[in-house]
Amino acid sequence: MNAPDTTSAVDISPKGAASVRMRAVDKSFGSLTVLSELDLDVEPGERVVIIGPSGSGKTTILRVTMTLERIDAGTIQVGGQHLYHEETATGALKPASEKHIRNVRSNIGMVFQHFNLFPHMSAIENVMLAPVKVHGTPRQEAQQLGMELLAKVGMVEHANHTPGQLSGGQKQRVAIARALATQPSVMLFDEVTSALDPELVGEVLNVLRDIAEEGKTTMMLVTHEMGFAREIADRVLMFDSGRMIEEGPPSELLSNPQHERTRSFLGAVAEH
Amino acid sequence: MEDLLLTPGQYARLYNGLRATLQLLGQAFVLGIFLSLVVGVGRLSERKWVRAISFGFVEFARGISSIILLFILVIAIPILLGDIFPWVLGQPVIVMASIALGVNMGGYGAEIIRGSIVAIPKGQTEATIALNLNPTQRLRYVILPQAMRIILPPMGNLTIEILKGTALVAVAGGYDMMREVRNMEASMLAEGVIGVTALFVNALIIYFIVAQVINALFRFGERALDRRFEQREGRSAIPLSVAQPGGN
Repeated sequence: MNAPDTTSAVDISPKGAASVRMRAVDKSFGSLTVLSELDLDVEPGERVVIIGPSGSGKTTILRVTMTLERIDAGTIQVGGQHLYHEETATGALKPASEKHIRNVRSNIGMVFQHFNLFPHMSAIENVMLAPVKVHGTPRQEAQQLGMELLAKVGMVEHANHTPGQLSGGQKQRVAIARALATQPSVMLFDEVTSALDPELVGEVLNVLRDIAEEGKTTMMLVTHEMGFAREIADRVLMFDSGRMIEEGPPSELLSNPQHERTRSFLGAVAEH
Repeated sequence: MEDLLLTPGQYARLYNGLRATLQLLGQAFVLGIFLSLVVGVGRLSERKWVRAISFGFVEFARGISSIILLFILVIAIPILLGDIFPWVLGQPVIVMASIALGVNMGGYGAEIIRGSIVAIPKGQTEATIALNLNPTQRLRYVILPQAMRIILPPMGNLTIEILKGTALVAVAGGYDMMREVRNMEASMLAEGVIGVTALFVNALIIYFIVAQVINALFRFGERALDRRFEQREGRSAIPLSVAQPGGN
């Protein structure tokens, strides 16, 4: 073991926020076009909330950024590095190797609507997996990091519980701790409260607020919680049919939408 | 009732046969599990040629009856390939027979493994990608540990099928418990000794007991797996305080 550092605990702060740049991104599933010629810039540390009706492509934006789906055309850069391309000696772009994709992907973390916790691992084992197996962190250190992250999301008492024993909100808080354990520069949140009972939504939003307040991570969130979007977002993007049809600070876009489609969408959401 | 008991000498001969049967089963099982894993995962490979070879193996191993496979390996292969691979000529029948049964098990086992991997929700794989695990780590730490719960019951059944398949080795000229029973039967008939029925009943009971032991072992494995999905207690639990810097 390394000599213990007596002055501070393991540094669990992210490596530093990174930008996300998309240029002319296309993505279709069969004949269905989901993203079309999408340009999108997210600045380091920015908190962007993506809204829109189902089928508008908002979740796909997160999924192609996480490389869960591959894009058909265009480029995506994370922290200035191309995700799907490598630059040749002449400066031209060629398709990236899996190794390159893995390398850039290490800057990105994601939290899912349905948690996707590993059911055969306890909460702390879920959080420790990536640090130990991917980053080679010594177990003792990873355990300490894991407990600090579980403390951050208020789940220390449940460290030895498996997902089957946890409520939806508790599962999602563990999933957030698990994503934070890789210290991502960009965090993607895909409708992370949509599968929760209404009374459990607040505990998860509180954790997101904490992450946002630290301001060390770029956050891209897809959500239907408009009140939360208004509070947390630097910018709100309205998507429809694979295109961004309107964007602006939440105070403007949510209160005084310019686009007719945005108005009708916000009206429909507000009725609930 | 005592009509069904054999003499100690007869039991000694059955015991010799049983050891050969268990050796066959053990070797076939090890090969079968190995092939099941490799081919079952290969069936889901991103590479088309790996999928094609795996598919071909499964269809071959399942499509051909085990007794024909046994004859091929025990009799035909040494004749056909003996010149090119002298290795096969020197092999005892039990080795070639184990390979035949192992290939047979691998064909069915690969489908069990493939099916169990496919049954794991897609979100599990997506979470491993988000955590940047490599494909081997995804299988090793996340997918297979969950798939094992689905794999074990049918794999136990398959193992018992292979146990029964070992009796065919006697027909192909190999030595196992069934061969020993047939040898004993032949000498009893030649000597005019009665008790052939008792002999077969005893063999049946021994096969039944071995099958039950296999069942019990697999159920033990299932229970051990189930515990992974339950709260960590005792030594596998970690202390709930946020650890002190540097650990202990």
